[in-house]
Formats: sequence, structure tokens, C-alpha cells
Amino acid sequence: MLEPLEERLDQPLPAEDQDKEYVGFATLPNQVHRKSVKKGFDFTLMVAGESGLGKSTLVNSLFLTDLYKDRKLLNAEERITQTVEITKHTVDIEEKGVKLKLTIVDTPGFGDAVNNTECWKSVADYIDQQFEQYFRDESGLNRKNIQDNRVHCCLYFISPFGHGLRPLDVEFMKALHEKVNIVPVLAKADTLTPLEVKKKKIKIREEIEQYGIKIYQFPDCDSDEDEEFKQQDQELKDSIPFAVIGSNTVVEAKGKRVRGRLYPWGIVEVENPAHCDFVKLRNMLVRTHMQDLKDVTRETHYENYRAHCIQSMTRMVVKERNRN
Amino acid sequence: MSEIVPPEVRPKPAVPAKPSHVAPPSSAPFVPSPQGTGGEGQGSGRGSALLGYIGIDTIIEQMRKKTMKAGFDFNIMVVGQSGLGKSTLVNTLFKSQVSRRSTSWSRDEKIPKTVEIKSVSHVIEEGGVKMKLTVVDTPGFGDQINNDNCWEPISKHINEQYEKFLKEEVNIARKKRIPDTRVHCCLYFISPTGHSLRQLDIEFMKHLSRVVNIIPVIAKSDTLTPEEKTEFKQRVRKELEVCGIECYPQKEFDEDMEDKSDNDKIRETMPFAVVGSDKEYQVNGKRVLGRKTAWGVVEVENPNHCEFSLLRDFMIRSHLQDLKEVTHNIHYETYRAKRLNDNGGLHPISSSGHDTQESNL
Repeated sequence: MLEPLEERLDQPLPAEDQDKEYVGFATLPNQVHRKSVKKGFDFTLMVAGESGLGKSTLVNSLFLTDLYKDRKLLNAEERITQTVEITKHTVDIEEKGVKLKLTIVDTPGFGDAVNNTECWKSVADYIDQQFEQYFRDESGLNRKNIQDNRVHCCLYFISPFGHGLRPLDVEFMKALHEKVNIVPVLAKADTLTPLEVKKKKIKIREEIEQYGIKIYQFPDCDSDEDEEFKQQDQELKDSIPFAVIGSNTVVEAKGKRVRGRLYPWGIVEVENPAHCDFVKLRNMLVRTHMQDLKDVTRETHYENYRAHCIQSMTRMVVKERNRN
Repeated sequence: MSEIVPPEVRPKPAVPAKPSHVAPPSSAPFVPSPQGTGGEGQGSGRGSALLGYIGIDTIIEQMRKKTMKAGFDFNIMVVGQSGLGKSTLVNTLFKSQVSRRSTSWSRDEKIPKTVEIKSVSHVIEEGGVKMKLTVVDTPGFGDQINNDNCWEPISKHINEQYEKFLKEEVNIARKKRIPDTRVHCCLYFISPTGHSLRQLDIEFMKHLSRVVNIIPVIAKSDTLTPEEKTEFKQRVRKELEVCGIECYPQKEFDEDMEDKSDNDKIRETMPFAVVGSDKEYQVNGKRVLGRKTAWGVVEVENPNHCEFSLLRDFMIRSHLQDLKEVTHNIHYETYRAKRLNDNGGLHPISSSGHDTQESNL
């Protein structure tokens, strides 16, 4: 006996009956995200690099905030006794109903001393501490309100004045590439001509590969994405390190008000893709890859830390037992 | 096997970092101070000015893409005496033959002596969203002469799924997405006697309402007239209240006023009086799912005839994710906390079975 259900499939259904075919779980993504939107998102960004490379200005430009309003810049003498600090600034940003709790972790003092040996240690320790805290919370009894302070992305500022990577850059990135997503950034790119930018990028990419530094890899496109998306994705991959310019001031250019830097010989516009990669960096960081950065932190860097931690804990337990 | 309690070993902190300065987080949404004159730099609203739009709202799109690629799991359990239309209802809910209907016990098939647990999984797709639907059937429930403790195999199955998930979570090398076999929703079928709940119904729900989300439904409700339906439902709700049984959506988990008012409306109409069918008939020139009798056609999706559409919209279109979340955040956490307390701590196990590690699970 043919089930009437199967009979139905042979004839095309009139439009109103098509709704009857609809079970409705296609709304599931919306249900998932309704909760997330209510709760809000969080993102922790670390900026690292020598002083004076425009880190704070870039952060202000990226998130249209003024996080460093009351900053006091130390002079050279005051800076002699300073060790690398880790400072955190948190700001809540809301846009179109979506709330983001943004935490910027800064590393003042990095690379400023005469002897910079192991100056990245406090940075590495900070990242590990956040992992440790999360690991404890996750293994605890009450997991309702775990605070996620893990660092999702580290923007590393490379000086435009050298010839590619400096030894400090290499050591820093190698110490941290397995703990955090590193996105290298070519700072103050307005000191370079387009050709110089191009050559430096190639050199830096070569050196990154040569030294075996594992920077953040953009995930590959699905085969079913459209051509435009794939092309944009490829452009993004070819732009590493992002040559950026930041600005805290608004200037007038061609009758429009833009964020930029006013020089006697012209105006550098921060958001002009022909002038620098700021827009690319911002789009990558906020509009296309924020979720992926968090996922890689969670699934790869944190899991590595956790596995390592558990193994060393077990080793200690075994040692204790063997001693008794 | 000796119990191992991992000692409180803290990884030794190296050079302590200077205490971090945390700027007080602004309580109100932060509107960045305008640069220069005018109102540029406003983070919300003015999306047109390139100066003013960062693009944070796109994170929803990013999340959506990822979750859609990954697909969803949903596990539903149906419990009730045989012949109450459980399989038909599940098939009607998901508009596919996901549950094998047993017409009746043939002479050769014996009624199982204990409650069996039968799981069947299907992958269904709609609107680009893939869902792995698992239907757990419980043949034999309530069918014996002596039905004492017949909920135990069910309770055992549910706890076994929690245990499986816990073991995966505690593993050293964890999978990116732990396969979720935990029961998200249990549809309990009440026989439409029109009088009140039976003792078995109350015992089952008492034992399991704190372990899994229970949604009670009145089966084969086309045997009740509208007035009988209303009275029966009222009586059932009252009995549940008296016995202290909280069905999904539980009052204590309402997060805010919006949730509370939505859920209160649902709670007023529960248990849903449903009718299931996989046959279609012509009514007023339209094809409808229904049951044809000599006195008319009961239309399954007609809200005047039965509450199937209400159940479907509630379960699938609005609260599917919430069912999963309550299972994960509350029922599973309760189980986990109990396990942690009972054993004095969980020792993580390595998947490779390294001989220096023992598990006390």
C-alpha cells in the first residue's frame, strides 16, 4: 500500500501548500544568535611593539574610541627603570543593537630598554595566566559565569625603519606564536613609498617563513563561495603584514572630513585603501574574522595549553606516588 | 583501582607581572568623544558616515556562517504507552519518516519485558540548515502488568549520555565539537482519559523532570471535545503543581521579563492536546494532513481542531535552541557537579591510555 505521504512528492505543490512542507528548524541559527546578541560579545586584543610605533593611535582609529586620553608619555630617563608592564583597558561598544566588550591589552616598555633579553616573558606569562584562569574556571563546580579573558589576537608592530624583521621581532613572535594568534602589522607606513612597502612586505613574509614563525592563518574559502569573495580573500592573504597608518585627528580632504595626517606635501587618509591597509585590517579584525580568531584561540591555542597543563599535572602526581 | 585526587599543583609563576590596571568599564554604551567639530565618531546609528561605523554587528553573520556549516544536533525522546501515536507524531512534526511505526505487536513479537531504548538518527535539511535528528523511542514503557520502576532504563539512558559527554569534556585531547547525544527534550504522552493523570505519569515525571526537559502532550486528543479538553488540561496542570513537577519551560529559568511573558503564555496552554497523522485529505479544496472519520475530517494543522501547530512552533521554531541550552547549562551541569562532588574530583584521562595515568571515573 503506497503511503499517501510519498504520493505527494510526485506533484509540484501550489504555493500555499509549500509552507506546509516547511518544518521550521531553519530558524535555528536565529534562535542561537538571539541569545548571543542579548548577552553581547567580547574580544581581547593585544598590541605589542616598541614605543612610538603608533599602537595606541591605531587602536583608537580601529575602534573609534579614545582609550588613551590621559596617558602620560615618559621621557627617556624615566623609562630606564621601567620593566615591561601589561595594562588592560576595557570599553563597551554598541552598534546596531550588538554589544561588544572590547579589552585592549597593552605592553608598554616592550623593547625600550638597552638590554631587551627576554622582555617578552611577561607577555607570555600574561597569556598563560589567562589560560590558566580559564582552565580553573572550566574545571570548577560553578561554571555559570566564566570570565573569558583569553587573548584572541595579538597585533605585532614591525618598525618601518629597519630592513625587514629585527632579531627582537623574530624572538618575540617565536615565543608567542603557539600561544596566541599573531597578526603582524607594518607600522607608520606613511614613511614608505608604495614600492618600498611592497618590497618590505615581501621581505618580511620571506623572513617569517624562513624562521618558521606561525602567524595567524586565514581559513581557506569554501569552494562554494562566490568569485568576488575568493578574490578578496586572496588579496587579504597577500597583504600580510598590513601596512597601517593611524590617526587621532580629522582633517579636511577634497571637501570631506576624513581621519588623516596633514603633511605639507599632502594628506594621508587613513581609510583610503590606496594609502594604506587600514581598512583591510579593520575589516579582517572586526567584520570578517573576529569569530574565527576567537575560535582558533579556543580550539587550538587553549587546547594546547590545557593538554600541556594536564600532562605536567599528571607527571607530578605520578612522581608523588612513586616517592611514597 | 586506587582513587587519585590530583594535588593542588599550581604552575609556578615566573616573574610576576606588574598588577594590571583596569580602567573602569563604562556602564553605559560608550559613545566615543567626537573628534573636532560635529558629531562624527558616534558609534551607533549613523551607519552612513564611513567615519562612524566600525562593523561590530557583522559578528552575528560570522557566527551564523560557522554554525550553519557545522550543523546542529537535536535529540528527542518519546515516552508513553504503546498505541498512543508517538511515532506518528514525531513523523508529523518533522515531516519525514524519521520514526518507524510499529502497527501493532504481531503474534511473533513479544511485548518487551523491560523498557527498551531504541535510537534512530536522521539528517534532515531545510533552508541550508542541516540537522541531525535523533529520535529515542522507549517501547515497553507502561505496557506491563507490573510497571514498577519502568522509568529506570530511561533514567539510566539519559545519565549515560551525560556521562559520555562528561568523559569527552574531561579528555586531554578534546574534539573540536563533542558529539552531543544528550536528550534535549522528552515528549511525554498522556493518555486522553479525560479524568486525570495516572499514577505512572506522575511517578515518571517526578523522577525525570529534574534530569531532562519534559514536555507533556495529550495524545490522540481527537477523542475529547473542546470543553473536555479544557477541563482535562486544567486538572493536569493542577496535579503537576501539587506534586511539585516542573515541566519545560521551567519557571525558574526564565531569564528576563520578555522570556517570562512568552513562557507564561505557553505554560497556560500546556499540556498540548495533539493529533498526529501522515495521511492527507481534501478539505475545502485544500490538501490537509488529517484523520478522516464518518463525521468529518480532523485537521492536524488547524488550531481549532488540535494544538499540533502550537507544539511544533513552540518546540521547533522558537524554543529549539533553548531546549538545548537548558539541557547543557542546567541539567548537564547538575549532573557534572554531582559527579565532581561524589568522586572528590575528576582525573582527566588521556585517550591514548598511557600507562602512567589512571582514571578514577
